This record gives sequence, structure tokens and C-alpha cells, in this order.
Amino acid sequence: MKRPQKTNKQIINIKGVEKQFGDVTALNGVSLTIKEGEFFSLLGPSGCGKTTLLRMISGFDSPNLGSVYIDGSDMTNVPPNQRPTNMVFQSYAIFPHLNVAENVGYGLKKQKLPKDEIKLRVEEALALVDLEGYGAREAHALSGGQRQRVALARALIMKPKVLLLDEPLSALDKKLRETMQGELRKLQRTVGITFVLVTHDQEEALTMSDRIAVMFDGKIAQLDTPEGLYKRPKTKRVASFIGVMNFIPAKVIASTKTKLSLDVEALGKVDVGASDTIKSGEKITVGIRPEMLTILYEETDDADNVFSGIIVSASYYGDMTYYEVELGNTAIRATVSMRNTAGRPVLRAGTETRIGWGYESITVLDG
Amino acid sequence: MRHETPSEENPVKPWRKLRFFPSMQPGGWSGLALISPPFAYSLLMLAAPLLLVFLLSMWTQNYLELDRTFTITNYKEAASEKLYQVLMARSVVISVIVTIVTVLLAYPIAYYIAFFGGKRKAIWLLLITIPFWTSYLIRVFLWKVILGYNGVVNGSLLGMGFIEEPLTFILYNANAVVITLAHAWAPFAILPIFVSISRIDKSLLEAARDLGDGPLRRFLRVTLPLSMPGVVAASLIVFIPTVGDYVTPRLLGGTDGLMIANMIQIQFGKANNAPLGSALAVSAMVIVASISIVFVLLNRRFLKVKG
Ligand SMILES: Nc1ncnc2c1ncn2[C@@H]1O[C@H](COP(=O)(O)OP(=O)(O)OP(=O)(O)O)[C@@H](O)[C@H]1O
Ligand SMILES: [Mg+2]
Repeated sequence: MKRPQKTNKQIINIKGVEKQFGDVTALNGVSLTIKEGEFFSLLGPSGCGKTTLLRMISGFDSPNLGSVYIDGSDMTNVPPNQRPTNMVFQSYAIFPHLNVAENVGYGLKKQKLPKDEIKLRVEEALALVDLEGYGAREAHALSGGQRQRVALARALIMKPKVLLLDEPLSALDKKLRETMQGELRKLQRTVGITFVLVTHDQEEALTMSDRIAVMFDGKIAQLDTPEGLYKRPKTKRVASFIGVMNFIPAKVIASTKTKLSLDVEALGKVDVGASDTIKSGEKITVGIRPEMLTILYEETDDADNVFSGIIVSASYYGDMTYYEVELGNTAIRATVSMRNTAGRPVLRAGTETRIGWGYESITVLDG
Repeated sequence: MRHETPSEENPVKPWRKLRFFPSMQPGGWSGLALISPPFAYSLLMLAAPLLLVFLLSMWTQNYLELDRTFTITNYKEAASEKLYQVLMARSVVISVIVTIVTVLLAYPIAYYIAFFGGKRKAIWLLLITIPFWTSYLIRVFLWKVILGYNGVVNGSLLGMGFIEEPLTFILYNANAVVITLAHAWAPFAILPIFVSISRIDKSLLEAARDLGDGPLRRFLRVTLPLSMPGVVAASLIVFIPTVGDYVTPRLLGGTDGLMIANMIQIQFGKANNAPLGSALAVSAMVIVASISIVFVLLNRRFLKVKG
């Protein structure tokens, strides 16, 4: 089942798709392209239209406006049973009246293949998801994780061009979910098929995907690699959806072709990359990640910039401690995260500290 | 049952040995107490009459005297007499046909309500029960009016010129019995089928579609097998009572539509041979039970599915 790895070929092309359910607008002008062999995630809060978009690709829903192309052909009016896509349902939708082998071989039966070949391919597919020898198991005798693997095998055996997964891990407990994240990623690399994953779990999206589309209110807010999304979120909303971000008001002193000079509250003057849209004198918000701020434990510790702060509260997470810090003489509070390395004390609320940060850790946000 | 070896920490308490049902859970007794009133009631109203019929079937009627020595001559007669064989076979055949017709008619209705009933499901189900708002006897008479020589069907067909003289094959024969029984039992068939279709997870149908199945294959491979528990229940609900139906064949069956229940009634009444009637009744029960058991066994692979 090995296939060529990532190319630059487009496999899915969605153009201006809109979808209304009564007066609810589920999708409001979504356009995006997904490349062949990519692990692509649709990430967003509940009700933002992720499932609806996935169902447009699979064909279970059709758009009111716009079109869906798969592998170069217009699929907008093609029913799901004739699309080169297969789906792993959130509930797994394992047929309860069939055993594992019959479930996995379900889609092959129609293709009039010889029995031996079906049997062989079912075994192959079961081996792919680590379920060798489970063929005769009844559907109701499977655990949650096993059901998920059966659903995967059942879809992959069809050799789809695109595999669609609607929150496939949300029904599993935390430990199993983390194991399956890794396995799913590995599986995708083995088979080389394009995966489109729907999730509302930002960590899941970050660890598994090649690229992520963050959706809010039926629109794509930002489409980027996991690193790009984390490091360069465009808006406050994206920034706070992906991890934790401290927001600090700033004033633009000068906006030139080469740089943006800012006066950030509590932190002082900073130069960042140029922007076409932001003008001098404008009031904006900048973001800084908790791990970009460092508590300077020793007098001798130094950083590009240093300011003083008072610890308001500390939350201990084992490997990390998150501090709520009031920035020197202002009412602004920021979250600072510190790794709990050997010999590093957990500071108590009320402690006065020095905090260091680097210029490059500042992100300029729109809106 | 768990076997416990007495030990120092866990000696077998004396009262444990006296337990009536050794495997009963602690809550078992209160559960038993809870069901005992209906249990006693059904014992009295169901088991006792059955036992009586069974006893009666082993006795002999000598004019006004009841000979209470056990014998199986009644059963021998019931099994060997040509007339009884014919009636018994006809009852089973008519019931099987009624069951098939009823289930075939009920399935699409149940399917429609389950999938397309939308917010009006309750209204549809209410409409289906409307025939029950009048008595069964009145409905049977209505069918007589509809199917009769000068009835509604013949009247309209004659009036429209489709036929030259009234159809006679629709009343006072087995056809009339089938039509009437199928109508009377339809709601009982629709409800269990409706329930089993409604319980099918819609994502299973989407999964079948996703894996390449068109509407017909989807129905045959997913909907039908998963609604089989409802079909089996409906079949039993219709088949079991119709074998013993008495009123419909009596009023609409003519002579070649008579069934075993009519003969049982004759034995208890005019013929004054309650023991033979009882033997016929018990035989009918055994036959119905055997057919039902075979039917359930044939369908057991559908019934063990857990939703
Ligand atoms: N069949 C439908 N009929 C009416 N409204 C619908 C239907 N399907 C979705 N919607 C609405 O469209 C919006 C988007 O729904 P969608 O299921 O795509 O959200 P989602 O991002 O998948 O959310 P979740 O994470 O909760 O699954 C929601 O407001 C939802 O109520
Ligand atoms: Mg969803």
C-alpha cells in the first residue's frame, strides 16, 4: 500500500464554498487547497463548521455556493459513493452485525474481487493497523481503540486518494489518544495518502499535522504550518486558541519600509518586522508566549531586556510551573512558564523577580 | 456458581448453606418481592388455565361423564382424522400468508415513518392506531361490507366497467380471511419494525455509502439485517395469534376458510367433546411453538447483534 510521498500536486481544491442550514451559516466563503500526501488538519472551536467542511469533501453535504475539486475533477455534485475519498467517522460506525474482517472488507465486496484476494487485502489492512488475527472478532467485542483501528483499516483498504477523519480520537481516553496520535501520523507516512483531520484539540493538530487551517465562525482564520501558527499567529483569536499568549497593548512610533518601531506598555521600545497595514500612531496589540519570558533567578543572569515584576500566583504542573506576574508598576499581568530543572525553586506569590525577554519573541497581532 | 472454601477470615456462615437460590445476588430477594404480584397474577390467569386444558386433553368425554383416566386417544384422533389435519394445515398456511403479507406491507410504512417521519412521527404512529378505535368485530363486519357480493369493491369495479359480474373470490374464503387479518394486525407489525429501524445509527448508513454502496445495496446490507429483530418480532406477534383466530374465519371464511379454532369451538360446544377440543388446542399450541422456535433459530444471527 506504499505510495509516493509528498509532492506539490494539489489533491483538494475548495473554491468559495458557502453553506447555510436554515438561518445558520455553517460555512461562509471557504477556499483552500490541500496538497497530495499531506497531513492536513481543520482546527477550530465547536460549531465553527469543521464537520460541515469535511462533509463537503466527502460529499455527504453539498455547498449552496462554490465548488469542490478532488484530484482535478469537479466533485461538487458527485455522491459520496463515487468519490475517491473515505471517511473515519467520529463514532467509528462499525457495522454491529458483521465481524472485524467483514467490516474491513465491506467496501471490497462490491468490486467483485475473488474471495482470496479480498481475504488477503483484509489481512493486509488489519496488519497495517496492528490488528492481525482479529478478523473473526465480533464487532461488539472490541475496545474503543480497536474500533478506531477497524474504522481506519476499513477506510484505508479502499485505497482512497484522501482519507477524511472527523475527530477520530475524541472518544478515547487521554493516554490512548496520545498513543494513537503518534500511530496515526506514522500510518499516514507509511501509506502516503492525504489525510484531512478534523479536531478541536490544538495540541493534537500541532503534533500531527503538516499544515493546519484554523477556523472560526465558518471561515478560515489562518492556514499555516504548526510552527508558523504558533510563532506567527495573525490575530488575537488565533493566538489564544493555539496555546497560551500574553497580550500587551502597544503604540506604533514609526512604520517604515524596513521596520516597525513600537512602544510596548511595561516592556518599552521594540523594533519588529515591517508591516504594510499598520501606520504610525496606531494603537495595536502585541503577543508574547509564556516561554519567551524568563525569570532571572540569579543576580548575574542577563537577557536582551530586563524588567521587574511581582509574582501574583504560581501553578505547579510537575515539569513546568506557570507564574502569573504583574509587570513592573503597571496593572498588566503576564503568564510566564518555567521548566522545573534541578535546583530551580518554585517561587511563591509576592516574590519580586527580574524577568528577561528577547526582541524576536514579540508578535504583532491584527485585531 | 462460586465455591468458597471456609477459612479463618472467611468462614462459611451457616445461613449461607440454607440459601434457596445459592447464586442469587443480595438484591435478588427484593427483586423477587417486587415482581411477585404480577407473577402470581400471570400464574393464576395464564398457567392455571393452560394446565387445565392440558389435563382435560388427557381425559375422555362419555356423554355427560368425564372419565379422568389418563389416555392419549384424543391426541391420536386429532393427529389421524383427515378433517383435523386439513384444518390445522390450512390454519398454519393462512397464518404464514397473513404474516408475510402483513410484514411486507408494514415494512415500507415503518421505514417511511422512521426515515421521513420528521417531526410528525408521533402523528403517523397515532394515525396507524386509528383502526383500534373501533371494535375488532365491527372491523370484520366492515370488511364484509367492502368485500361482499354487492359490496364496495364489486360496486365500484362494476360501475367503472372493469368487470361484468361481481367477483366472488374475495369473500367467504381464505382470501377474505387473509385480507382482514392482515389489516387487523398491521399496526402490531409496524411498531416493532419501526422501533428497530429507528434504532439504526444513521452514521452506519453513511459509512456504507462512503464505502461505495448505492441505496439498494445499503438497504440490503445494512438497514435490512439491522432491522431483522423488528421483523422477527413482528412475524411472531402476527403469526402466533392468527393461527388460533376464530372470529374472522367464522364470519368471512365460508366453508373453505374455516380454521382450527372454529373446530375447537365446535368440540367444546355442539360436539360436546371438550377433551378432544383441548387436545386440538394443545396440538395447535405445540405446532405454533415449534414453528416459532425454528423461525427464531433461523434468524438467530440477526438477533444476537447488540445495537
Ligand atoms: N444538519 C444540520 N442542520 C442544521 N444546522 C446544522 C447542521 N449541521 C451543522 N449545523 C450547524 O452548522 C454549524 C457548524 O456545524 P459543524 O457540525 O460543522 O461544527 P463543528 O465545527 O464540526 O463543531 P463540533 O466541534 O462541535 O463538531 C453549527 O452551528 C451547527 O449547528
Ligand atoms: Mg464536528
